[in-house]
Amino acid sequence: MNEDTAQTSALLLRGGHIIDPAGGREFTGDLLIADGRIAAAGPASEVAPLAETLRQSGQQLRTLDLHPGLIVSPGFVDLHVHLREPGYEDKETIQTGAEAAARGGFTTICCMPNTRPVLDSQATLEFVARAASAAPARVWPIAAITKGEKGAELSEMAELAEAGAVAFSDDGRPVSNSKLMRSALEYASMLNRPVVEHCEDEALAAGGVMNEGPTATRLGLKGWPAAAEEIMLARDLALVRLTGGRYHAAHISTAGSVELIRRAKAEGLRVTAEVTPHHLLLTDEWVAGRRTGLLGDDGSAQSQPYDTNTKVNPPLRTQRDTEALLEGLLDGTIDAIATDHAPHTFVDKACEYDEAAFGISGLETALGALLALVHAEKLPLKTLLAALTIRPARAFSLPAGTLESGAFADITIFDPDERWAVDPRRFASKGKNTPLAGVMLRGRVRSTILAGRLVYVADTIEQSLALGH
Amino acid sequence: MSENITLDTSTIDQLPEARQAASVHRSAAIPDSASLQAIFQRHHLLDLDDFSAPELRLLLQTAQAMKEVLARPVRKVPALQGSTVVNLFYENSTRTRISFELAAKNLSADVVNMTASSSSVTKGESLIDTVRTLQALGADFVIMRHSQSGAPYLVAQQIRGSVINAGDGWHAHPTQALLDLFTMERHLGSVEGRKIVILGDILHSRVARSNIWSLTTLGAEVVLCGPPTLMPPAVLASVAGSSEAAPLRRLRVEYQIERALEGADVVMALRLQKERQDAGLLPSLREYIARFGLTTQRLALAQPHALVMHPGPMNEGVEIAHEVAYSEASVIEEQVTNGLAVRMAVLYALSQARQHA
Repeated sequence: MNEDTAQTSALLLRGGHIIDPAGGREFTGDLLIADGRIAAAGPASEVAPLAETLRQSGQQLRTLDLHPGLIVSPGFVDLHVHLREPGYEDKETIQTGAEAAARGGFTTICCMPNTRPVLDSQATLEFVARAASAAPARVWPIAAITKGEKGAELSEMAELAEAGAVAFSDDGRPVSNSKLMRSALEYASMLNRPVVEHCEDEALAAGGVMNEGPTATRLGLKGWPAAAEEIMLARDLALVRLTGGRYHAAHISTAGSVELIRRAKAEGLRVTAEVTPHHLLLTDEWVAGRRTGLLGDDGSAQSQPYDTNTKVNPPLRTQRDTEALLEGLLDGTIDAIATDHAPHTFVDKACEYDEAAFGISGLETALGALLALVHAEKLPLKTLLAALTIRPARAFSLPAGTLESGAFADITIFDPDERWAVDPRRFASKGKNTPLAGVMLRGRVRSTILAGRLVYVADTIEQSLALGH
Repeated sequence: MSENITLDTSTIDQLPEARQAASVHRSAAIPDSASLQAIFQRHHLLDLDDFSAPELRLLLQTAQAMKEVLARPVRKVPALQGSTVVNLFYENSTRTRISFELAAKNLSADVVNMTASSSSVTKGESLIDTVRTLQALGADFVIMRHSQSGAPYLVAQQIRGSVINAGDGWHAHPTQALLDLFTMERHLGSVEGRKIVILGDILHSRVARSNIWSLTTLGAEVVLCGPPTLMPPAVLASVAGSSEAAPLRRLRVEYQIERALEGADVVMALRLQKERQDAGLLPSLREYIARFGLTTQRLALAQPHALVMHPGPMNEGVEIAHEVAYSEASVIEEQVTNGLAVRMAVLYALSQARQHA
């Protein structure tokens, strides 16, 4: 990955508000980075002498003086992004996707295998590793469960795990064949890798383009019912019980799914789950052009009905679902927030709702959107950051998400209060497809550090950061 | 018609004067620009879901005036002279297209017809390209039929002219609902408190969806009748008492056609697509006809004055028996005639709103 690009100089972050959910620590103090790893984090009185020792030993030491209002967090970990390369480079590349990640404060991203060709061979994983070697984020591949994501034969999972696959998924599609899913869970357990399911009963959801419910009826659009997700999840949980396999539910979107995961965990099954920012914050009302909820509160108000940027799979659900998902996050049922970053071209979205591609470009708006929950006092900041750092890292056994000494110096510095309007034209991602265009967000990434190296600095603060002391 | 009504003049401004002349017949008054301005301020007609009762009434009043224009020896008025109307039909519909074409021509507009099969134009950029072309050529009105819900909204965002939704997917068919309403009120007076039964495949019906909005806005009691598999799931949920689902107002669902028809003032049958059986929504056409077909015996349960309606095209012997379709109670042909007046009224109202915008 990126260790070799780490600078040999040391870096001292001085005076920020440090939150490290992994260690359960939160304090205002200093953080010292050396050789691309965390050397120390603590009160200035503890860290300063170490920094001085480094300096005296001849190390070049740079200092960033941070405003005490800035939060210093482990770099965010996203278990679910689509980088589109190889094959769909017009939508995104590994480089542009990683740049979008850096802007969003994500230092570790796991890319889904539904590329062209599908990530189902050692060669394709080697391609990803090569393309990601100089990228401003760590990119871990998720390999396909089945060859070509065709749902017929298992991919060569052992070899793929050796080549760096951190998990397996046919994302974009479920593994519909129960026997095959059973085999996948069994085989992957030998490799200690989770099997990641896109929960969708394909027959029941067929043709659906938005949540089934009153809004779909009103708009005359075909519904994709909550039951289609819950049926597949319930089946999978029965298979996990049967096999003892390790399972991760991607982008759960319904109250019923939260309850299923909750019970599975209580039972002791090896299950984790993720939720996206859009499923936590938006509802199917947005498809009708009604921007309700926390992100619509400021009256940035109406957009047009049938905005194809609201089309996502699984679809935006109801307020009751968003509340249940939040509850799941609060009580630990849901482990991770993952963006399901799904960039598309303008043409993929500038069409009839039925024809439009599914997906939201999510990396660059995630933090600002999620902080709305914190500002509304519905979600403690520490819980949010845990779901963006250590908990996803643990779900996929990734070396990330902590500020413990010796860990990779992957760090996100953000201002929880800076207000900004979402302007997709300024995204680093090639995918400008967001339903949040024009929405005012509160909270923004100021700087992202990967292996001790600044990979992103927001334009607005270049001057205020005292670089290169 | 009195001789001094000279609508066939060369400027639109003379229409209000014509209104005064025509007001000998009270109902024939074409609403003047001022009242149109005050009540109807729309640039497009895409859906009826947000129409107020006064807006609906105004369009009905305008349609009444247009109907009387149509009764004259010379049926042409100059209201849209110099305007270009494009009929953009991505789905075949001879009846609606011709109705709009004649309506525009009666208002002296220049009409261009564009038909494209949905299969050859499946990707959206083609739709946007087409619309930009129409924009560049100066289309004042785009009348649009499309197989996908919401497509007219996409067009409305791309064009300065007015878009009239002539039917999109399962979503809406506003002029059909308006002509249905107009036809009902001609026979029944106000629909307020009347029992209107919509019979058949509600799930896939844009006609039902638009009618539900306009009828409930004007206070009618709407009863949906058909098998549960052809009802929108949200309607079922709301009938089952789920608090989340109240999309459509004042609706009842009846699975028993006899109970639905009892005391009905209007029975509107919808076309049943034969493909619904293949999609697993119906066990057989035979069973459907037996349970939900509109027959003479069943119609006898409705009010003696009950109207039988159908948006066409009919499957005689499926959703409606031949004898019912051509009975005294049937106003199906009149619906077609009234459609012309209603579409003239819509074009006229939009043109007035544009001039004063």
